[in-house]
Amino acid sequence: MSIKVENLSKFYGTQQAVKNISFEVKTGEIVGFLGPNGAGKSTTMKMITTYLTPNDGSILVNDVDAQDFPIEVRKKIGYLPEQNPLYQDMNVIDYLYYAAELQSVPKESIADSVKKMIKVCGLDEVKHKDIGELSKGYKQRVGLAQAMIHNPDVLLLDEPTSGLDPNQIIEIRKLIKDLGKQKTVMLSTHILQEVQATCDRVIIINNGDIVADGTTDSLQRSFQGQLSIHLVIKKDPKFGKEKLISIMESIKNVDKAKIVSDDDNSWTVDITATKGIDVREEIFKKIVSSDMVLLELHQEETSLEDIFRKLTT
Amino acid sequence: MKNSLTIFKKELKSYFTSPVAYIIIVVFLIITGWFFTSNLFIAGVITMRSVFDIVPFILLFFIPAISMRTFSEERKSGTIELLLTKPISDFDIVLGKFLSTLALASMTLVPTVIYVISLKMLGPVDFGSIISAYIGLVLMSGIYIGIGIFASSLTENQVVAFIVSFLVIFALFMMNKVLIYIPAPLVSTLEYISSDYHFSSIARGVIDTKDLIYYLSGISILLLLTKTSLESRKW
Repeated sequence: MSIKVENLSKFYGTQQAVKNISFEVKTGEIVGFLGPNGAGKSTTMKMITTYLTPNDGSILVNDVDAQDFPIEVRKKIGYLPEQNPLYQDMNVIDYLYYAAELQSVPKESIADSVKKMIKVCGLDEVKHKDIGELSKGYKQRVGLAQAMIHNPDVLLLDEPTSGLDPNQIIEIRKLIKDLGKQKTVMLSTHILQEVQATCDRVIIINNGDIVADGTTDSLQRSFQGQLSIHLVIKKDPKFGKEKLISIMESIKNVDKAKIVSDDDNSWTVDITATKGIDVREEIFKKIVSSDMVLLELHQEETSLEDIFRKLTT
Repeated sequence: MKNSLTIFKKELKSYFTSPVAYIIIVVFLIITGWFFTSNLFIAGVITMRSVFDIVPFILLFFIPAISMRTFSEERKSGTIELLLTKPISDFDIVLGKFLSTLALASMTLVPTVIYVISLKMLGPVDFGSIISAYIGLVLMSGIYIGIGIFASSLTENQVVAFIVSFLVIFALFMMNKVLIYIPAPLVSTLEYISSDYHFSSIARGVIDTKDLIYYLSGISILLLLTKTSLESRKW
């Protein structure tokens, strides 16, 4: 079961929320849809679920066109919307029965699939309570349970762990990972650790554009070499900010130096060096020879966080 | 159809798990009961007329009150997104919600049958006109509910839905009561649009196809409008 998105565009009035994006999610893959708030993640997901209609482009879910056969596509998709909307005045069991009936689960297997979901999502303790009385973690599990009640091949989860405590987050991630073995899962998030912990692949989206697409490893590899060096230098009346920068940038292979913070007695400087060259020694020598006092020096490897910030700001 | 039934059952149940249905039924019975008994004991007349005269006024407020939450609440809480991404058609959803609200409205009428029974014990009763008046009330509720759920589908604010549907229903109801101020060529048209005109004709005991067509086509148009309003998310 795969999702194939081609040249998808969506306008809200004159504002273009999604700009001509294309990607593919294969069976058994867990794809993280990463981007800052308002990047177009939810809009894209809503279009895949057929809740919204794209202005341009096509979406194929297992080779079925989502615009031409919305009902067919919806049968295959389990969807957890953003904010996890639920009927607060229904109790858990009634709600799951309702969801199962609407998902056209055959009548004779409704009871079984509700039972199964209660077990998988750990809802046994609260199954007779009203949803409105549940804690956020349980509500999230109810949301997941309704999304999976009809055993869909494709799961679309819009920020599945938002608002959960760390223990619950780990549990939900584990659940998603287990599910991902048989299903095609696409989850959106703006939490980077989530992607690293659960996803096989990341699609980073910004301002409606896909800016990166690949496994977390390959993304990290392609951005590596762009090492950034972090310095703390003691303030000295002899040197002004401009002088400091010019000294730093005069070092061979240093592309750019930037003062990132300036407090009472020290400057913090970030230095970007040419790919693949270690400039730490040169920097140290230069600092000593210019009679400055070095308080701190360390080299940072490009983390997914840096890649994300670089691509989306 | 099966999906409409699922939604119908869920919606009807939710009226009865919250206090809504009980409050509506109790208040409805108190008001109609007052008019029934005062007419019976003070005026000493054996008739359902007093009840059937007052119910259209009660419906003016009651129907917006029971239909205002149908879509507004789902829009506000976001559950509409869950509903609209299930493998069911938009029209199934509209139909399910319409029928459940109509069922609640009809259920509030059921206890008033006690009035008819007590009248029967006191003297002769014209069952024909009473039954057709009940049919007329259900049809009138139907067209008002159509307006109510359409208004509800337009906004996520229940108060706005209430006021809008009340105003439209009020205008529809009043149309045959302002005819003296209206230029002559428009009179028959306005009279035909008026919901009360058709109700009073049915309540007399004559179920005319003209009146049936008015109510049924009105309901169909409003349901289609509601469906279109749901689809407007895609525009």
